[in-house]
Amino acid sequence: MDMKIHEQSEVAAAVEEIKVHSRENKISVKDLCAYFGKTKVLKNITMDIPSKKVVAIIGPSGCGKSTFLRSINRMHEVVGGTITGSILLDGEDVMKLDPVYLRRKIGMVFQKPNPFPTMSIANNVVAGLKMNGFRNKKALKGIVEKALKQAALWDEVKDNLNDSGANISGGQQQRLCIARTIAVNPEVILMDEPASALDPISTAKVEELIFELKKDFTIIIVTHNMQQAARVSDYTAFFYMGELVEYSDTKKMFTAPDKKQTEDYITGRFG
Amino acid sequence: MDIVKDRETFEKVQDYFKKSKEKKSSGFLNKILGTNNLGDIIFERLTLLFAVLVFLLVVFMAWEMYSHSTLSIKQFGWKFLINSTWDPAVTQVFGALPMIFGTMLSSFLGLLIAVPLGLSVAVFLSELAPAWLEKPLSFLTELLAGIPSVIYGLWGIFVLVPWLRDTVEPFLQNEFPNSPFFQGAPYGFGMLAAGLILSIMVLPIISSISRDVLKSVPDTQREAAFALGATRWEVTKIVLSNARSGLFGAIMLGFGRAIGETMAVTMVIGNRAQISASLLDPGYTMASVLANEFTEATTDLYLNALIELALVLFVITIIVNMLAHLLVWSTERKWK
Amino acid sequence: MEVINKAKSFTYYRRKVVNIIMLFFSFAAAIITIIPLILIFYYTISQGIAHLNVDFFTKLPTPVGEPGGGMVNAIVGTLILIGIGGAIGIPVGIMTGTYLSEFGKNKFGSLVRFLTDVLSGVPSIVVGVVAYTLVVIPMKHFSALAGGVALAILMIPTITRTTEEMIKLVPHSYREAGLALGIPKWKTTVMIVLKTAWKGIATGILLGLSRAAGETAPLLFTALGNRFWSTNIFQPIASLTVYIYEYSTAPFKDWNDQAWTAALVLIILISLLSLIFRIITRSKYKT
Repeated sequence: MDMKIHEQSEVAAAVEEIKVHSRENKISVKDLCAYFGKTKVLKNITMDIPSKKVVAIIGPSGCGKSTFLRSINRMHEVVGGTITGSILLDGEDVMKLDPVYLRRKIGMVFQKPNPFPTMSIANNVVAGLKMNGFRNKKALKGIVEKALKQAALWDEVKDNLNDSGANISGGQQQRLCIARTIAVNPEVILMDEPASALDPISTAKVEELIFELKKDFTIIIVTHNMQQAARVSDYTAFFYMGELVEYSDTKKMFTAPDKKQTEDYITGRFG
Repeated sequence: MDIVKDRETFEKVQDYFKKSKEKKSSGFLNKILGTNNLGDIIFERLTLLFAVLVFLLVVFMAWEMYSHSTLSIKQFGWKFLINSTWDPAVTQVFGALPMIFGTMLSSFLGLLIAVPLGLSVAVFLSELAPAWLEKPLSFLTELLAGIPSVIYGLWGIFVLVPWLRDTVEPFLQNEFPNSPFFQGAPYGFGMLAAGLILSIMVLPIISSISRDVLKSVPDTQREAAFALGATRWEVTKIVLSNARSGLFGAIMLGFGRAIGETMAVTMVIGNRAQISASLLDPGYTMASVLANEFTEATTDLYLNALIELALVLFVITIIVNMLAHLLVWSTERKWK
Repeated sequence: MEVINKAKSFTYYRRKVVNIIMLFFSFAAAIITIIPLILIFYYTISQGIAHLNVDFFTKLPTPVGEPGGGMVNAIVGTLILIGIGGAIGIPVGIMTGTYLSEFGKNKFGSLVRFLTDVLSGVPSIVVGVVAYTLVVIPMKHFSALAGGVALAILMIPTITRTTEEMIKLVPHSYREAGLALGIPKWKTTVMIVLKTAWKGIATGILLGLSRAAGETAPLLFTALGNRFWSTNIFQPIASLTVYIYEYSTAPFKDWNDQAWTAALVLIILISLLSLIFRIITRSKYKT
């Protein structure tokens, strides 16, 4: 009897091991700890991000959800942070990849829209390509159109592609930033509260867009808006005080969470 | 059709990146330098190179002047600083004392006028002036700082000096016939003219830096004082006492500017190497000797003495500026 | 009780009066400061305009006693001098400023920052002496190049500090956006951060150039001066400021008059410089 249990757990571990390396999972995070100086902001996070799905990360502010996101594309180290543990992208350790190359594969959209103010709309879209020396003009033109269409912005800006990227509305700016991210043709898109600075209509547009984008990209979205998480994501992870409390199917998470803490948070009892 | 085209472009992009990745990872230099991006390393080293260049420049300036004044340093030693004879024509004896005296006296005169005025302007701009008045006034004082020194000198020669000669100096001599400060013939050209011109020139420096220092004192200090029932002037006094060392730094910066000021002073001071208590007498400053005599230095010793004078001036201004910046920094940092 | 109230009201009025006197004094000081500015501008314009004519911009100076003539060589000379100064000083200043803001959060960075502040306080005549020992002595004659080197040294602190300050003003989010797109750090710095800060940096460059255009002392024994037409940077060259000095201290009335005109032209030149710069750096987009 004892023997059997032991065997079972071994089998489970093996299955887990296979799952981690299978193509199903775009990103596998194992024992991830993140630090700012000596402060530990993420504690032993282990989770898998399935391919071409939307994973939402929720939790009260300061719970480490942004840090988690920024660890994946190694932006955490840009602000002087460090990490331990491993993050695998298609089985490759991101810490061993060239960060510049890694960030082309994992795009990022920030909380506040930040189009480059000195560039036109078109140049904003292809900034990532142009600055890396991709100069095929015909291809660039095509990419501008495609990326803007994918970001559902094309119809609004197609007549003034040469205007400044900073002169359009906040919602349009954010979609421009999404287009800019798509244009590099990444495999994963990280979104750090992409709609928190936007009005409700723009928010709706961005959410719709996320729904469209998951056909082509794996998306991880950090949000403090639970309705948004429920609307757009396939899976949801709940972070609290730097720990991953619960991670499961979004529907289950919002209807029958396993943990008391999750339930309290979702029902608005704290946070 | 469209989809096919899209796929083609994206394949191009992907190919491009793949190639660029291969290019990067194959370079053995990257392994030596321990990073994947050679461009970043080159960029950092390149900017560092220029920073080192600026660092070396300051050191090099001192060395360059020292090595070109060895003749004079050997001949006169420390006496150079306390000897009051400057005689390039006959005996070739060079002592810098009259110039050091002239530099200090003219700068002191300049500060005597500029400090109270400059501080008052700073108080007015930072504490009292309404916003619509502050901007144009700040602009005007900065404009004053932007006028070339030689134009101050030009104005000094043709407007200030005649006014001093015909009006101010006779008046002073009448009022204070026994004062040692107003003896001798009223030429107009002299220490008084130099002091006045310097006061106009350092005023914008003192006022603008003091204004910045005062502005760095947080508003909570003012609000606390107002809440205790203080008048505007009393509040200002508290702000001033809080910013004391920074204001002193601003004055030092003005002093540093005054001792190095060349053209305007050279044009109105009268250029005579003498030590006199009378402000109406001509004088000389270190900077104006250089401006006047450098191209006329016929012997090596003469040239060396002039370069040594420049070195002395350099060292004095560096010390004054270091102290000034430390003082200004200490105040501004206090409130950060 | 009465006594206390009286004493109170006396200090109260004293405080009030002191308050008003001091407020008035600081306001008066602000006005007094403006007076010399108005006087200098008034004299430069009224005296200078008398001899301002086409000849001044097209002809060479005439020998003593011969009326007329202009200072075309000095106008061109001043432009050449600040051109040489800028060609050396601008790159050094921008690169050093970039170093200080991007990599300068260490001891060496603080040292360089401190030294540039100190360098900005070194008298321009001393910089002239250094340029003399550095360029004139080895070349064995005065030259525009030596003058340009002196002006470059004078520009470096201004441009360095403005570059650093302006880069620091660029929001961190642009930098992050660039890095997150997979653009290497140096390209992000040059093509995004510097480009965004460019307007402010240009203002610093302009300030450096216009100050250099007004410098006289460092040119006296480097560029020297030249009464003839010369654009050779290895030969002595004329400049407006040196002319103003020589012409105002000379005992000839017509030279004195021309000194005022040269001063007016110098001020116009500096203003034009700032205007042109503003047009060039006007960004394509309103922000």
